[in-house]
Amino acid sequence: MSDFFAMGGHGFYIWASYGVTALFMIVEVIAVIRSKRTVEKRLARLARAEARTKNAL
Amino acid sequence: MGLMSSVPWYHYSAPKNFYPLAGRLIPWFWGLAIVLTVVGLYMSFFVAPTDYKQGEAYRIIFIHVPAAWMSMFIYLVMAAYAIIGLAWKVRLADMMASALAPTGAMFTFLALWTGAFWGKPTWGTYWVWDARLTSELILLFLYIGFISLQSAIDDPRRAAKASGLLAIVGVINLPIIYFSVKWWNTLHQGASVSPTMAPKMASIMLITMLIMAVAFWMYTIAVVLMRVRRIILQRERQTTWVMELLSGAKGERR
Repeated sequence: MSDFFAMGGHGFYIWASYGVTALFMIVEVIAVIRSKRTVEKRLARLARAEARTKNAL
Repeated sequence: MGLMSSVPWYHYSAPKNFYPLAGRLIPWFWGLAIVLTVVGLYMSFFVAPTDYKQGEAYRIIFIHVPAAWMSMFIYLVMAAYAIIGLAWKVRLADMMASALAPTGAMFTFLALWTGAFWGKPTWGTYWVWDARLTSELILLFLYIGFISLQSAIDDPRRAAKASGLLAIVGVINLPIIYFSVKWWNTLHQGASVSPTMAPKMASIMLITMLIMAVAFWMYTIAVVLMRVRRIILQRERQTTWVMELLSGAKGERR
């Protein structure tokens, strides 16, 4: 097992490459999901407010 | 005939119709991306043999080359959308160009990053100002320029115009990246795979690299479709369909 992570002495370079790649790709997905939810919530509030004003008139 | 005529392109160029279509497609691209990544990673570490010259460090190739390919391919697609947006005033094309840029920038950074961590054990240095590395760095700046221009200009139509022009002019950098290893004497090695020559690598390594490349490609489509849905909502927020969708007055809650 530790042989696997050592990668014949190149472990640091390999895991720095794979680790950062995985991290960026995962963080990007989370960021995209969160920003869409934020936009949806904000626009939903605006849409509801608009609907209320229309009903009030 | 076939794909060009059987898909109602005009219908789906309307953000209102594209939004639900993208929503239906996203899970399929995620499925493909995850399956291919699992298979590709397994092959990268447990099937592909140790390289007789470079030892284990060469395994970085399985993410480095796919990331570098995506960095260039995404730029090309982004510029194509920019042209469609500018020439035919297709708003969805502008939105697609905006949605592609962050993922393209990410893969460009990752190509440089993984290249640095492959360069250190094989060349003895993380960075060198050779033509391949420098032109790839310029690609990163082009993406950053595109994104900054978009966020600097408030009016979406003017933003799309300015950033679209930058994207189109920047295409000149792509052949420079691609052919840099031929035109200049670079420390970076020549193309591992080329359409005109037999690949210079063992087929198991080549297959593993291609699987990872397709995995990254499916990932890109999935994440870009998710981002473009957010952009559609923002830019179409004054339309009835977005208001109805989000106020939950009509239709499903997606």
